[in-house]
Amino acid sequence: MSDAAKAVALGVDAGSTTWKAVAIDATGAIVASLVEPAEPRIGAQTERAVAVLRTQAGADAAVPLGATGYGRKRVAAARSLTEITCHARGAFARMRRPGVLIDVGGQDTKVIRIGAAGDVADFSMNDKCAAGTGRFLEVILGRLHVPLGEVAAFAARAERSVLVSSTCTVFAESEVVSLVAEGQPVEGIVKGLHAALASRVAALAGTMPQDGGVFMSGGVALNPAMVEALAGALGRRVEIVPDPQLVGALGAALAVRP
Amino acid sequence: MITRRVQYELIARAAGPLLMTINRWQGDLKRAVRRVTGRGPARKAAPFGPPLESTRKLKDLMTMHYLTGRYADGAVPVAWVTSGFPVEILRPSGFFTVYPENHGAVCAVRRMVPELSEAVEKQGYSRDLCAYARCDLGSVVTGKTPAGRLPRPDLLACCTNICQTVLYWYRALAEHFKVPLVLVDTPFVYGEAKPHHLQYVRDQLHELRTVAERVSGNHVAPEELEEILKVSLAGTRLWDACLKTGRTKPSPWTGFDSFIHLAPIVSMRGTEECNAYYRILLDELQDRARRGVPGIANERVRLLWDNLPIWFNLRELATLLAEHGFNFVCTTYTNAWAEAGGLIDPADPEGSATRAYIHVILNRDLPNKLRTMKRMCTEYDVQGAILHSDRSCKPYSIGQIDLKDRLAQELGIKALILEACHADQRAYASEQGEMRIRAFMESFDQATPS
Repeated sequence: MSDAAKAVALGVDAGSTTWKAVAIDATGAIVASLVEPAEPRIGAQTERAVAVLRTQAGADAAVPLGATGYGRKRVAAARSLTEITCHARGAFARMRRPGVLIDVGGQDTKVIRIGAAGDVADFSMNDKCAAGTGRFLEVILGRLHVPLGEVAAFAARAERSVLVSSTCTVFAESEVVSLVAEGQPVEGIVKGLHAALASRVAALAGTMPQDGGVFMSGGVALNPAMVEALAGALGRRVEIVPDPQLVGALGAALAVRP
Repeated sequence: MITRRVQYELIARAAGPLLMTINRWQGDLKRAVRRVTGRGPARKAAPFGPPLESTRKLKDLMTMHYLTGRYADGAVPVAWVTSGFPVEILRPSGFFTVYPENHGAVCAVRRMVPELSEAVEKQGYSRDLCAYARCDLGSVVTGKTPAGRLPRPDLLACCTNICQTVLYWYRALAEHFKVPLVLVDTPFVYGEAKPHHLQYVRDQLHELRTVAERVSGNHVAPEELEEILKVSLAGTRLWDACLKTGRTKPSPWTGFDSFIHLAPIVSMRGTEECNAYYRILLDELQDRARRGVPGIANERVRLLWDNLPIWFNLRELATLLAEHGFNFVCTTYTNAWAEAGGLIDPADPEGSATRAYIHVILNRDLPNKLRTMKRMCTEYDVQGAILHSDRSCKPYSIGQIDLKDRLAQELGIKALILEACHADQRAYASEQGEMRIRAFMESFDQATPS
């Protein structure tokens, strides 16, 4: 491994759905990364996976660790920072300009206004229910037996979007059951679900001035159907931050970089 | 009646003060033993400054208030009163006053609200109603209260200057207790109150004097009312002076302290006991300010708080902020009892009480609230604000997104909207709330990232 690629900091994003980690070099470039489904024992998972990452990146125990995500308090020997700060840092490092960042996470959705210096100028989050989060899609797609990897293809095949009026996860689930019973095509329902979620996220984003770019991070950004629905709801182009799933972990690593 | 009166006077003048003295001695003794032996629970100082000595006197004052209240009905006339009611009109008639909102705050601090609320939710009261209302009605239905017992009212006194909910809440109380309800209806003020608005409220206050005399059976001479107004005005000014010590850097106390020390001006306004207490508190705060004794150990960032506190989470929130050097040095809520009351003029009881009580912050438009917040941000030199979006107080929470934006645009104040409830912990997601506050605090500390 060359000096430039030598890992100087690690970042862990222990999310509610997925566990992510990166190792970065002195320039802030990612030299190694890991993405795993989140396990209930976050502390044990982190201990094991960080050891793997340290080996991959050639980072000994002296290389500092930053942690974010809902499980951050279970990450031993790490500096803990909220996802708001870390996503903003990670996104700014990649996009190099201010803007509004949307992160649709498993447990909550964050809209962060990144200032000219990469600072968090303002932020907003969904209230405490699961409406408008990645969990909304996950629960209902599970009910429809649509694998997450095939979501975008399903939505793309839809001739038309079927209106899903409820944004409450529980009510939407029963609404979808009724729509299926009425014989509505699954593809159209999937497209409709994306529109429902996008409208909820757009309402949250609407509380912030969008004079810069609109960026998206988080695992849901890997779903092109969601990006398209969100762009439609906002009436704006939505740019995906490179390696969207790793943005939080990258921000955590940048925060502890010597 | 005579027996009750003797009992009441005995508690108020002898047994109560004796109990307080014994309590104080016990406390002093425990502290002395701790000092000598070094044993016992040491007071956790960090991240706060030295605790306010006055707090013990506040505890005595409020304990005495609720203790005498237990024996008040049947001895003296009792009125249950909303926090924004022109109580000065009732005081000369000798009413003992109970403030269900203050009682609700006590219940909330003890985390009793869900239990009390569920008692009336079963009767059909919606959980979307104000938690104070649900808690109070639940306390009435179950008889449960941390105060031991609340005296039965002879009169219910309700003023709509804080919200419309109080009207329906007090009507439910009137139905339950079968006692008269007096309403002071205050038209909402856009800009300044119009002459016909003032006349409308003034007429009601005039009528209120008659009702108070009739229910209490006590005739009130005009000079007695003037005297109460003088006392009330002095109390308001003392409270205002206490709050203004927060302008000192570092502030000698925290906004959370001010929420606790608000109790007398809310529920004992217009009494000498209230004023005597605030003289003690003011002396202590001014002394701390002079000597640089801080409310929190390391005040780095000064904040404004908007709306009612989250009573059930007060300590946790205060600690979380103080640990990071964040201090609430002013709050719009505690300021509300320092502001409009200053309009009281003893020479014009009805007219000035009308002006004071129609112009409370919750009965005025959003531009006025913005002006008040901006003035406070400047005078107290704050860098940030937390706007509590209170599920239980819609009139206070409406417009907060706009207020937040305007504070940012016009003063560069970073602001956070925190969704919670002032009394019902079931409506607060503490994990999410803490995350928002931590993110808010982190946003003050960001070095320019790469």
